[in-house]
Amino acid sequence: MIALLARDIRLALRAGGGFGLGLAFFLIVVTLVPFGVGPESDILTRIAPGILWIGALLACLLSLDRIFQLDFEDGSLDLLATAPIPMEGIVAVKALAHWITTGLPLVIAAPLLGVLMNLAQPGHGWIFVTLLIGTPALSMIGAFGAALTVGLKRGGLLLSLLVLPLYMPTLIFGAEAATRAIDGFDNTTPLMMLAGITLASVALLPFAAAAALRINLR
Amino acid sequence: MTQVELDVRNLSVARGGVPVLEGLSFTLKAGEVLVLRGPNGSGKTTLLRTLAGLQPPLAGEISQPPEAIAYGAHADGLKATLSVAENLAFWAAVHGLRDIGPALDHFNLRSLASRAAQNLSAGQKRRLGLARLLVTGRPIWLLDEPTVSLDAASVGLFADAVRAHVADGGAALIATHIDLGLEARVFDVTPFKPDPETGLRTRSAFDEALT
Amino acid sequence: MSAPNRTRQARDNINWLWEWANPVKFMWFSGLVLPWLAGLTALVMATSLIWGFFFTPEAVNFGTSVKILYVHVPSATVAISAWFMMVVASVIWLIRRHHVSALAAKAAAPVGTVMTLIALATGALWGQPMWGTWWAWDPRLTSFLILFLFYLGYMALWAAIEDPDTAADLTSVLAIVGSVFAVLSRYAVNFWNQGLHQGASLSLDKEENVADTYWIPLVIGIAGFMLFFITLVFIRTRTEIRLRRVHALELRERMADA
Repeated sequence: MIALLARDIRLALRAGGGFGLGLAFFLIVVTLVPFGVGPESDILTRIAPGILWIGALLACLLSLDRIFQLDFEDGSLDLLATAPIPMEGIVAVKALAHWITTGLPLVIAAPLLGVLMNLAQPGHGWIFVTLLIGTPALSMIGAFGAALTVGLKRGGLLLSLLVLPLYMPTLIFGAEAATRAIDGFDNTTPLMMLAGITLASVALLPFAAAAALRINLR
Repeated sequence: MTQVELDVRNLSVARGGVPVLEGLSFTLKAGEVLVLRGPNGSGKTTLLRTLAGLQPPLAGEISQPPEAIAYGAHADGLKATLSVAENLAFWAAVHGLRDIGPALDHFNLRSLASRAAQNLSAGQKRRLGLARLLVTGRPIWLLDEPTVSLDAASVGLFADAVRAHVADGGAALIATHIDLGLEARVFDVTPFKPDPETGLRTRSAFDEALT
Repeated sequence: MSAPNRTRQARDNINWLWEWANPVKFMWFSGLVLPWLAGLTALVMATSLIWGFFFTPEAVNFGTSVKILYVHVPSATVAISAWFMMVVASVIWLIRRHHVSALAAKAAAPVGTVMTLIALATGALWGQPMWGTWWAWDPRLTSFLILFLFYLGYMALWAAIEDPDTAADLTSVLAIVGSVFAVLSRYAVNFWNQGLHQGASLSLDKEENVADTYWIPLVIGIAGFMLFFITLVFIRTRTEIRLRRVHALELRERMADA
């Protein structure tokens, strides 16, 4: 399992796609927003947490189809399925690798991009914290969607259609937790819900995703 | 290596919902090589995938020791950006082994060890794919056209590997059209093509009820 | 009667129930009841709509537009019920592998989608004269929009996969996982639009304002829409079964040719 994690991270690094593309996409989304809504700093301040969350979510979505598609195409997934690792473990490890190569860089970059969005003062820390708690759920839910669509020739768009509705609760609680904290309100409830979604996703979705993968391999 | 035996009883397999082989029975004992023959599209790949546990059989029984199968598919499962040694070391680690030296030597890959898989020729890739079998440490090899794109010398290397493997108590089931120069039983799947009339009957009761 | 016998009989009773999942029996049974079901549906729906549209008083503060209620509420009820039915059918398919069950789930999806759309559209039409806006991010409206998106994803997955059994398996997994997230979304949306954001200034809560005069035709209307849903699902499931039959015949031909 550690070997699989190491391999996936190494592959992402060598291909140069994982880290770089997601981050660049995130930067572009955040750059585009002021062009759309205008440069007034108070408007930007108000929408900053939401935009940062949506940007991170979209950047995460961008690389989801890589989780299983490449391994499916070159036959690795067949061979992994016959290896002494349970399919649930494969899913969990590959979701973790996706989070480390895509989610974690976004979490670290978000407070910096917050400067561009004129994020209010305590917001930088809170964006970091909420994304840190929430992005593992995004990777895991995404891995489930990727497992559903792995056998399809052009599954990319379908994957987005399937995954984005599943992302809604995470987005709502994540952005809400950040916004509340910035506005000086108590954000325990959304923060707990966000953590709950992440924990439940990580605990349960590998089983659903593994079932989907087995169906797609046969 | 523990005593191994792959036992297949009255097996039927399907591809995309259509039965392709029916009523197969055979036994593969330790120390044996069984060569699968049959025309293209006769269901050899489907049979191997079913035996490897990648798809459920339509009917019949497969008995085998747990975690005994090493499956060698058409695709080698190589990562283009990883080196030969890295590719091999990954599969070794997945199967809980460390030493990839013998596998590299056996398939004459030592001199290529640090080259990225994307810079290998088709035959070299195949050799790397076959070397993977050695690092799985598994006794039963299921191989699907293993000699595709191999030159005569490489086929010799492969035959030697199979010979050494079965001498060590392993077994191999190989779908191939060429003579590997191995002492092997031949199993022709052609007679097990399902009868179109009765064939659909073994399909799900659903479609049977409909037609 | 001894205990083992009783259990056996109990199982027989259950088996009797599952017999209806046999496609031949289903075709026979649905063919038999469909005309009656369709007639009953037409009768009940006509009763509720005519009663609701023409024989209920206009509400003081609502005006004539209140009458869209007789389409809005029943379609919304069916939109949610259809998803429930699909999840139950999916679970039955995954556990018992009854093809009729999987096909019924597939057949229900477009009906549920259209019902969701009708609920959203009538809601907008009603909201415009009432609250001066076609759309508000009210928790209830938002939840229906999300439900609509779930329906779209479910149908898209069915359409994208060629092998019917694979499609049935994967859509069932999606329906079950999706339901958990749909419920979660409902809760999240409730939370989202009443927290520190300004609470919904318009109460879109209808039931609370509904008096008895409106209530009776409304209940009949819900029953009518439910019957309508069942009728449509029956028809569509029959179509799906016939499609599978064509597919099976084609396969047989292909095998004979090979």
